[in-house]
Amino acid sequence: MKRLFPIFGLLTGVLLSYALYLALEVAPTEQTMGDVQRIFYYHVPSAWTAFLLFFINFAASVVYLIRRNMKADVVALVAAEIGVVFCTIVLVTGPIWARPVWGIWWTWDLRLTLTLVLWLIYVSYLMLRRFSSSGQTPQIAAVLAILGALDVPLVYFSIWFFRTQHPQPVIGGGGSIDPRMLHVLLINWAAFSCLAVMMFWSRYHLEVIKREVDDTQALEALLETPRGPR
Amino acid sequence: MTYLYAAYFATWAIHIGYAIYLVGQYSRLRDEMKALQSRK
Repeated sequence: MKRLFPIFGLLTGVLLSYALYLALEVAPTEQTMGDVQRIFYYHVPSAWTAFLLFFINFAASVVYLIRRNMKADVVALVAAEIGVVFCTIVLVTGPIWARPVWGIWWTWDLRLTLTLVLWLIYVSYLMLRRFSSSGQTPQIAAVLAILGALDVPLVYFSIWFFRTQHPQPVIGGGGSIDPRMLHVLLINWAAFSCLAVMMFWSRYHLEVIKREVDDTQALEALLETPRGPR
Repeated sequence: MTYLYAAYFATWAIHIGYAIYLVGQYSRLRDEMKALQSRK
């Protein structure tokens, strides 16, 4: 797997460059919004990737609670961290797109508010993992992750069932999209998914090494502790 | 076009920032591992 990483990295770089070229040069210009609509090719794939990572976090948390498997705990942590990175991109690119189209940076619309809540839930999850030293932290975090994952379908379906400022979904749910735009969107999603896999692989191994170092340091500290008088 | 470029730039700034964070964490861990091995 270590040998494959640079090759996969190179392929991901090529795919990301091709996806960028398609988004900026090949995709047709949208009639009402103009070129600013091309933000769509980064905004939507980032959202889909974040949802996928939060689902992985949910599944790994369930596995951890059932089996107390440490690998599942690491997968949950890493998926949440990279999910937050992609969700941050959604929350940054959304307002940049909204400003020229809606005339405002932000509105407390259901979809936008639920996405912000989703981001806050997973940031809380990461802060809990980072700053809590309790032995029960992984269990508490897993429960928080399962509760937090309930927000993902709420975010996704909020524009199906409620009238919101946010546009309707482009796939299913009544929205429509030019096939050429859909092609560019899917290529961009594939490219960002490959990037997420690379990040996941790197962060997973980093976390495994970190836990090994922490365990060794704890053991060393225990052995070096001077014994009191008998 | 300014908004489009701002959004693309922000996306890459966040990804590159996260990659730099990972590299920083890795180099810190490598130093800790070296320190542990030298004490053995």
